[in-house]
Amino acid sequence: MRRPSALHLVLLPLSAVMVTPLVWMILVSVSTQQESRRFPPGLPSGIEWENYLAAMRDAPLGSWLVNSFVVSAVCVAGNLLLCSLAGYAFARIRFLGGRVAFFLMLATLMVPFQIVMLPLLIMMRSLGLVDTLGALIAPNLATAFGVFLMRQFFTTLPRELEEAARIDGASRLRTLLQVLLPLMRPTLATLAVLTFLQTWNDFLWPLIVVQSPDTMTVQLGLQSFQGAHTTNWPKLMAATVLSQLPVLLVFFFAQRFFVRSVAAAGIK
Amino acid sequence: MTLDRRRLADHAAGWGFAAPAVVLIGVFGLVPVVWSFVLSFQHTDLTSPGTFAGGANYAKLVADPLFWDAARRTLVYVALFVPVTLALALPIAVMLNQRIRGVVLYRLAVSVPLVTSTVATGIMFSWLANPQFGLVNAALDAVGLPKQGFFADPGQALFAVVAMTVWGWLGFAVIIYLAALQNVPKDLIEASSLDGCGRARSFWHVELPLVSPATGFLLVWLTINGLQLFDAVYVTTKGGPLRATTVLVYHLYNEAFVSFDGGYAAAIGCAVFVLIAAFTLLQLRFNRRSHYEVR
Repeated sequence: MRRPSALHLVLLPLSAVMVTPLVWMILVSVSTQQESRRFPPGLPSGIEWENYLAAMRDAPLGSWLVNSFVVSAVCVAGNLLLCSLAGYAFARIRFLGGRVAFFLMLATLMVPFQIVMLPLLIMMRSLGLVDTLGALIAPNLATAFGVFLMRQFFTTLPRELEEAARIDGASRLRTLLQVLLPLMRPTLATLAVLTFLQTWNDFLWPLIVVQSPDTMTVQLGLQSFQGAHTTNWPKLMAATVLSQLPVLLVFFFAQRFFVRSVAAAGIK
Repeated sequence: MTLDRRRLADHAAGWGFAAPAVVLIGVFGLVPVVWSFVLSFQHTDLTSPGTFAGGANYAKLVADPLFWDAARRTLVYVALFVPVTLALALPIAVMLNQRIRGVVLYRLAVSVPLVTSTVATGIMFSWLANPQFGLVNAALDAVGLPKQGFFADPGQALFAVVAMTVWGWLGFAVIIYLAALQNVPKDLIEASSLDGCGRARSFWHVELPLVSPATGFLLVWLTINGLQLFDAVYVTTKGGPLRATTVLVYHLYNEAFVSFDGGYAAAIGCAVFVLIAAFTLLQLRFNRRSHYEVR
């Protein structure tokens, strides 16, 4: 018994409100300067591709995107590897100081980043990492949240799985790689998605540790571009569209996956 | 003998597996917390070595009217942002949990802000709320209302930031609620309807209590994020106009990187930390009391 629901009367306008900012960003990005400054605003008469060319000419969007991608990819890889190993150890091996280390690590989850960032900046300066991608990667290479997520996952697995392999003489590392890894895929995917979103959208830390345009991530670069082009809305919007494109594309093709990852992290 | 050797092997294996992550998190996550506390008792510009300041930074904090203004604005922001997001998210999640045509598209529309960065959001909303030719003013104009300044108006800027961040977080909250609603056993709803419960009553008495863990999680999560508000302000108003959006973390940023008073910034940071810890503990306690579970 499926009849047209009255809910559409609420959901349709609601969805319109939610996507309006994005749709309008795209519309302004193909408008002319004059069209972007009329009141009331209207639809552009043609498609002004020149805005995109101008944005790419004035903003090193390519290298910003590459920087963001490198930082995110390295951090995702680091988290997948290091958090799996540590999560396994905390869930399955009883070792000296293990519980204390785990507790201390969990405690860092409570700490807001603004507390950490001032000493972190001093550390990066003495390591000579200021204004390099290394400064963006190092603090995010392994996260307490990732270790916690992986530990929770390992505690839900039946011990018999690995015991059989261990009795057959496989080492811990081999057991982890050959027996458990295939089962870890959904959890690893969740961790990958969340780490990627977090590093890709990070703003405050790049803002204080990176200065030169060549080292900027796409968020920071876009913000500096905004500061320099406040009057040219079409060009600014074109740059914004280009900066959002990679993540939006991934999102549209893997929406369910994204949503499941976010939900899983929230509920656990 | 063999037992001891095996235990030794366990210690070695445990640390071998855990050490890389533990060392990284310790160095970049734990050491800076202690260090920050030390900084808050120093005079430092964060570039040259600091000198001992005693309690001077905390004395300054107590006497700084800008700090108390920023704290008040932060609390006003959180007091609006969190309840508004929750109050919108739950009914939307309930609607998106129905089996209706096009629900997948609606879900997509609602969750799109999830992948839109704060910088992009800030740029889009700056245009939408533009005092001269923004879309929102066009809508107001169409119904005969005067144009508003929004981000440019000291009396409205903080509320504009609330609206923008609610847009940005709504998708996240809806997804969390949806996941919780989908975990509510169908037979419970059926049972309540057999007992003569209407849709509204079964929602109120069955579903709402069962999603309370999700509400609790969102309450903590949104509050923590709200207390740390910075990015959204930086990309729209830079704390202005007339400091109307200078919230705590923005004040901290100003002190550290505009006034180069790193020690005072660290003291503000410690105050933010205490505030967050207090809120978290309070809400966790409250949560435990109103916790329902189905087995």
